Amino acid sequence: MTAGSLQSLGYILPELILIVTVLAVFIADLVSRNQDRGGELALAGVAVALFALSRLVGTADGWLFGKMVVHDPFALFFKLIFSLAALAAIWMSLDSKEITTNRGEYYGLLVSSTLGMYFMASSSNLLMAYLSLEFVSLTSYVLTGYLRHDRRSGEAALKYLIYGGVASGAMIYGMSWIFGLTGSMDFAQINAVLTQANPNKLALFIAVVLTLTGFGYKIAAVPFHMWVPDVYTGAPIPVAAFLSVGSKAAGFALLMRFFYPALSQLGASGTWRILPGVDWPQLVLVLSMVTMTLGNLTALSQRNVKRLLAYSSIAHAGYMLMGFVVLSNEGLRAMMFYMVVYYLMNIGAFLVVMIVANATGREDIDGYRGLAWRGGAAPAVALAIFLFSLTGLPPLAGFVGKFYLFAAVVRQQFYFLALVGVINSVISLYYYARIVRTMFLDFPEGGEAPVSVGIHSGALMWSLCAATIVLGIYWAPIINLADRSLQFFTG
Amino acid sequence: MNHILTYMTFIPIFGMLVVLSLPSKAHNLIRWTAAGITVPPLLMAIWLFVNFDRAEAGFQYVEHYRWIPSFNIEYFVGVDGISITMLLLTALLSFLCMFASFGIEKAVKGYFAMFLLLDGAMTGVFVALDFFLFYIFWELMLLPMYFLIGIWGGPRREYAAIKFFLYTLAGSVLMLLAMLVFYFSAPVHTFDMTKLMALHGAVPYAHVLWIALFIGFAIKIPAFPFHTWLPDAHVEAPTAISVILAGILLKMGTYGILRINFGILPQPTADLSYYFLGALGTFNIVYGALCAMAQTDLKKLVAYSSISHMGYVMLGMASFTPQGIQGAVLQMFNHGTVTAMLFLLVGVIYDRAHHRDIDGFGGLASIMPVYTGVTGLAFFAAMGLPGLSAFISEVLVLLGAWQKYPGLTVISASAVVLTAGYLLWTLQRMFLGKANEKYLTLPEIGARELFTLAPLAVIVVILGFYPHAVLDLMSASLNNLNALVLAQRIALQ
Repeated sequence: MTAGSLQSLGYILPELILIVTVLAVFIADLVSRNQDRGGELALAGVAVALFALSRLVGTADGWLFGKMVVHDPFALFFKLIFSLAALAAIWMSLDSKEITTNRGEYYGLLVSSTLGMYFMASSSNLLMAYLSLEFVSLTSYVLTGYLRHDRRSGEAALKYLIYGGVASGAMIYGMSWIFGLTGSMDFAQINAVLTQANPNKLALFIAVVLTLTGFGYKIAAVPFHMWVPDVYTGAPIPVAAFLSVGSKAAGFALLMRFFYPALSQLGASGTWRILPGVDWPQLVLVLSMVTMTLGNLTALSQRNVKRLLAYSSIAHAGYMLMGFVVLSNEGLRAMMFYMVVYYLMNIGAFLVVMIVANATGREDIDGYRGLAWRGGAAPAVALAIFLFSLTGLPPLAGFVGKFYLFAAVVRQQFYFLALVGVINSVISLYYYARIVRTMFLDFPEGGEAPVSVGIHSGALMWSLCAATIVLGIYWAPIINLADRSLQFFTG
Repeated sequence: MNHILTYMTFIPIFGMLVVLSLPSKAHNLIRWTAAGITVPPLLMAIWLFVNFDRAEAGFQYVEHYRWIPSFNIEYFVGVDGISITMLLLTALLSFLCMFASFGIEKAVKGYFAMFLLLDGAMTGVFVALDFFLFYIFWELMLLPMYFLIGIWGGPRREYAAIKFFLYTLAGSVLMLLAMLVFYFSAPVHTFDMTKLMALHGAVPYAHVLWIALFIGFAIKIPAFPFHTWLPDAHVEAPTAISVILAGILLKMGTYGILRINFGILPQPTADLSYYFLGALGTFNIVYGALCAMAQTDLKKLVAYSSISHMGYVMLGMASFTPQGIQGAVLQMFNHGTVTAMLFLLVGVIYDRAHHRDIDGFGGLASIMPVYTGVTGLAFFAAMGLPGLSAFISEVLVLLGAWQKYPGLTVISASAVVLTAGYLLWTLQRMFLGKANEKYLTLPEIGARELFTLAPLAVIVVILGFYPHAVLDLMSASLNNLNALVLAQRIALQ
């Protein structure tokens, strides 16, 4: 289906709702004295958008707005994750002690960022991809630097901006090469041209590598990961949580859509063939192994929990890339499933970090000493569950996610990659368990502030915890959803 | 009783939730509830012992349900001659160890909740017949074990806990990869172990997989050179947890080798385990005994004696004779009871003297005569004295091994002298001689402690005279498994 501009509007109803929400938040900020209004409006707006999304499930796939945007189950799946990430981030922000001033603007930016992510997942044109990616980046820079009087926050925003500028510059240069080689910016057209013509391999290689820079920066893969530790440490905790899940998922959505339907062809029995020219799977294979190894090894020596989670987030980008390089639908499905469990456990971990930081003002591991024995048993148990899930221990959701990734890798007989992956899981246990050890095995020395959980944070924490355990025992609905959503519309 | 295995696995796990819902100050209520929860599985184990069909080589009390149909993962449990003995041992030791844990005063609720979770997971490992389910239970044991050692352990508990965790996880991720290769090499992708066994080892890189699985299991046994976590974990763990570690967790290594390496990969087993497994077993016997001899810490001595005794299991398995392999599994059971007694006895004296230094006692026989008597029985059983259970299993192992590797058998048999050496020497230093002035007022072993020891002592004595009570359970299945591997061996020649 190719929808005209007017007809297209019906398919971007969730996006329109988000735009209205952003405007409403800004207006409410001007009109109302109660700054909490913004947060509540944003929460309601994203929830309505989520509902609108669910109404779009099962409608006909197609091109919108002159093939700039595509409407298909794959995009819907990712929009669902962005909405959930935004909901969790807003919910966290309502309880955060960092988000105190200019709250209207803050919530407006958070929702705008979500809007950008929606378009990242559904863009089917290089120009649209670039615009939406930049939109997400710009809002993220501001959100990162939101704590105006905190030097770390400002520093993080500046670093983020500079790395982002370089990455997106390289990316748009690469895109211009692709345009030059194929004469089109449209993903479907690029695919058609590359299938028939035999372009200059070196030129195509340069173009693909440069484009990968921009995507790799968004998903936090080595060597484009340098911004991650500083940004996660400096940004307010809800923003770090939002970026670590939403921004990463958006980057993966774009990466998958560009490298699979645009640069590969679906063959028989759910495996993909790369188009002649660039052997990008080999390149990403190496990136995947380096990303997880470097992320895990660096995390070993971190003393700040947010920084540790930043390196863990880099390592997880490496795990997810394992599903990307095996050129099979199973790999892609595993990535999509992993995105969901990663959402649960990573938002959960950041949430507990926020609860502890709210109570004690501390983000270093020593601030967690004996947490379980000084009134903080609930957040300690929850964090232990999230961290063991991140390690990939059954019966938690993280194990199932990794299981599907490894299954896809073993299926395509990338045994060495699988071995590197499992060894990395063992390494990661050491630093995740170090936090657990500090909370449970060490005892408070006295003088630490007690930790209590607010009703909002508590509700979210236990919901995420329950979901992490339940999905570790019965995950059929989610894997079926990922399976059904793995459909790219290519015309 | 169609769902008996499910009940045995999940009663403790739901019991954990019950214990968690109790008020945390009500220590005695928690203790008795937790102990009560282990009674039904024990009764079911006894029922199984009575009703188990001893002539049947295949799986009994099978339950089969679809779990995740899109990936063909099933809830599939059953019991055969190899797992029944371990199942009985798990139910018995879990029950007894609950009582041995009554002395725990720190975070009582957490302790018993973790213990029950561990109990359920251990039972699950022995009944699971779907490889995925097996793996879930296998890993599920790690978490409670980590906390049980890490929170309620001795001074170096943090180090011991993470070392145990890392070692075991490293072994089990190798198993995960092997499991996936099995899955994809079956024509209809499956984790069903009975179907994987029907492949007769037709999987790619079978020998590499065999080694990967073997490393995973060898860490659990623990076989040299993967044994270094064991002394640390044992010494730091609280008494009841040491009992569970030595009594049940170590057996999972050899159980896994029998069930998966032997059962699914008979061909590489025939190729690789001749001499290799036997020699490793012999080395463990001698090495463990020599290390035990050098210890001054009583608990460490018992830990190293475990390494030595598990060597017999490996030697017996490697012999591929009916006597050898039955001796091996009988030794798994007997070691479970004998070493449980030893660790419980170490706990008794540690609770009184607050140290475990062998040379720090002396003349305890006159102070605690009953304790001395029970310890003597346990030590003689560990030594393999005729008339006690371990004698039968060690002789069976040596008889079996003699037919294949006379050299290794001679070395292993001579190591009995070393075992007798360190045990008798310990007996002498602790119980004989002049009584240590400091300990003249030590109270005699209590009723609760005797209650945990008596059933084990009875089993040790009965099995010394009538080993068929246990041997009959397993012979059909084991002979079947042995024939499977031997067929590959003959085909090879």
